[in-house]
Amino acid sequence: MGTYGRIVHLITHRASIRREVLIRRSAGAVWELAGDPARVHEWFPGIGSCSVDGDERVVALGSGQAVAEKIITLDPLQRRFQYVMNFPLCREHLGTLDVIELDEQSCLVVYGTDADPATMALTIGGATGAALENLRDILEGGD
Amino acid sequence: MARRKILFVTTDQQRYDTLGCNGGTLARTPVVDALAAEGIRYERAHPQSVVCMPSRATMLTGQYPATHGVWMNGVPLPLDAPSVAEVLRLDGYRTALVGKAHFEPLLDPFLRFAENAQSRVGTTPPGGSHRGFEHLELAGHGSLGPLHYPQWLAREHPEVVGGFYRVLDSSMQVNGAGGGATDAPQVKVNPIDRDLYHTDWVADRTIGWLDSLGANEDWFCWMSFPDPHHPWDPPQSEVDRIDWREVPLPAGYTENASERERVIDDKPRHWRLWYDGALVSNYEAPASWVPATLKAAQVREVNARNAVECELIDEALGRVLARIAERGWAGDVDVVFTSDHGELQGDFGFLFKGPYHVDALMRVPLIWRPAQASGVTPSVVTRPVGLVDLAPTFCSIAGIEPPSWLQGTRLPSDDPDADSRGFDAVFTDWDSELFGVDVHLRTVVRDDVLCTAYLPGTVHDGTEGELYSLSDDPTQMVNRWADPAWRARRDDLIGALEDHRPEPRKPRLSLGAPV
Repeated sequence: MGTYGRIVHLITHRASIRREVLIRRSAGAVWELAGDPARVHEWFPGIGSCSVDGDERVVALGSGQAVAEKIITLDPLQRRFQYVMNFPLCREHLGTLDVIELDEQSCLVVYGTDADPATMALTIGGATGAALENLRDILEGGD
Repeated sequence: MARRKILFVTTDQQRYDTLGCNGGTLARTPVVDALAAEGIRYERAHPQSVVCMPSRATMLTGQYPATHGVWMNGVPLPLDAPSVAEVLRLDGYRTALVGKAHFEPLLDPFLRFAENAQSRVGTTPPGGSHRGFEHLELAGHGSLGPLHYPQWLAREHPEVVGGFYRVLDSSMQVNGAGGGATDAPQVKVNPIDRDLYHTDWVADRTIGWLDSLGANEDWFCWMSFPDPHHPWDPPQSEVDRIDWREVPLPAGYTENASERERVIDDKPRHWRLWYDGALVSNYEAPASWVPATLKAAQVREVNARNAVECELIDEALGRVLARIAERGWAGDVDVVFTSDHGELQGDFGFLFKGPYHVDALMRVPLIWRPAQASGVTPSVVTRPVGLVDLAPTFCSIAGIEPPSWLQGTRLPSDDPDADSRGFDAVFTDWDSELFGVDVHLRTVVRDDVLCTAYLPGTVHDGTEGELYSLSDDPTQMVNRWADPAWRARRDDLIGALEDHRPEPRKPRLSLGAPV
C-alpha cells in the first residue's frame, strides 16, 4: 500500500492548509491591523467579537459559540502571530499569520492552519482565505 | 393574464434506473411515471458534475462548472453569480427554494455562508431575496446544523433528533459506521414518524408556500428533496415496503470478486486504489470505508432502502401535485423532475460517488411535463442533454429572452427537435484537490459512446482514459480506451473535448470547506 496508505492516513487525521494574499499596502500598515489580536473581528468574517486578556483570547463565532484561544507568538519584528484554538471539534490546532514585506508599498500575508482532524483544518483554512481577502479589501479600500 | 408556472423538482443522488418509467423495478414511482407519460422523458440526461455543489450551481446559473467556478464540493458559489431564479423574479415571478440548496458549504462553524446564517433568522432573506429566491426553507441530510429543518426538529420534536444517522463522525469525516441488518455503511434504523422525516417536510413546506400565493400569481418553486442521498435512514415504519433479502443484485455489480476486480483493473488506477482503501481522493465517501469489503447483502439492503426513499419522494410529490390541482393550477404548471447526479449503489463493488464517470453517476432522471396549455405532445428524447440546459428551459417556459450568460439551450421536445438544434454531445468535468491529492477528468458522451480523458494528477500521468460503447456495454464493463479498433473514435471524441472549452472563471475560486 505504501505511499497511498499514507495518503489515507493524512486525510483521516491532520492537515496543513495555507492561504495567502498580496496586499498593496506596507507591511507595517497591514501588521497594525492583522497583528493586533484584539482586532481580529474587524477583518475575519464569521467572528462577531473578541476579547484579549494576556495571552488568552476568546472569539465569538457567527453561530454564537465562544472559542478560547491561546496566543503563543506575537512577534512584531518578524511580523508573525501564532495561536492555538481550544475548539471542541479539534484535537490539535495551530494558526500562523505572517506578514512578509515585498517592497515599501506591498506585502504578502500568509495564513497557515494546521489541525487534526483534517476536515477542521480545511474548514478553518477556508475561513482564513475569505478573511485574507476581506483584509485586503479593507486595507486597499479607497484605491 | 398569468403565465405558465414552474415546479422544479430535484432529488439528490438518484440514479436514472430508480424510476419505473426508466425501467426500474424496485421502487414504485407512479407519480413521476405519470408525468413522464404525459410529458417528455429524457433517456440520456447528464449532469455537468457528479457531485452536489457544482451540479446545483449549474442548474441555477445555466453555466458549466468551469464558468460558474464551483469546481468541487466545498467551493461556494459567489453571491453575485448569475441565477435563473433572479431572472424569473425580476420578471414578476414569485420564487421559492424549499429543501436542499447547497450552493454554499454545509460545514460552517463560523456561520459565514448566507444559506446557513439566513436559516437562523427566518424564511425571507435579508434584502428580499437570496440568489433570486424570495422564500427559503432549507434542509440537509440529517437532523443537525443551522438549516430550517433541523432547527424545526430541535424546536418541535427534539425526541427524534437522535434517531438519524450521524452523517459525520467524531473526526468530521463522512461516517463509515454501518448499521441495519447487514452492517452496511451509512445505514441506520431511524424510528422517526414518517410525517416528520425531511421528505414529507419538504412537501409540507412547499404546499405551505404555494398556499400563500394568490391564484393568479406566476411562480417558480424549486422543491429539492435531500433523499435518496445517503445516509440511508428512512423512517423505519416504511422500510418493510421492500424486503432487502428479495432485492436482486444490480446489473453493474459482479458478485464474483476476481471477475469484479478484473473489470476494475481495466480502468484507470484510482478505481483499484479506492477499492483497496489505498487512496481516498475526495470527501464524497467515508475515508475509513474500504469498498473491497462490500458484501452482496449490503448492496441489497442499500438498494432496498434507497428504493424506499424514492417511493417516499414520489408520494410527497403526489401530495404537492394534488394541492396544485386543488388550487386550480393543474393545467398551468410545468413540472421538471431531475437529480443532481447518481449513486454507485453497488456498481463495480462501490457505493457513494467520486471521480468515476460511468452511468451510475452520470445518467440522471429527467422528465419535463409541460403545462397542458403548451400543447406539447408526449415523447421520449434519446439524444444527449445536460442539466446546463435547464435554466434556458425555465426562461423559455416563462417567455423570457434567455440572458447571454446562459451556456445551455432550451431542452428539446423530441428527437427531431434535438437533431435540428444540435443536441449531439454532453460534457461532464471532475476536478478535485484535497490534502495533496488531485484528480481531473474530462468526459463527453456522443454518438452512443462515453469517453473520459484524464489530466495529469496525483495518480494519473495524463495518458489514461475510459471509452465505453453505451449500447453494447450498458454497464461500462469493457474499457476500450486502448483498443486499436476504437482508436479513431477515441481520437475524434478527444477532439470534441478539446473543442469544448467554456470560458473559465477568473480568479479561480478556493475551497471554503470540505463540503
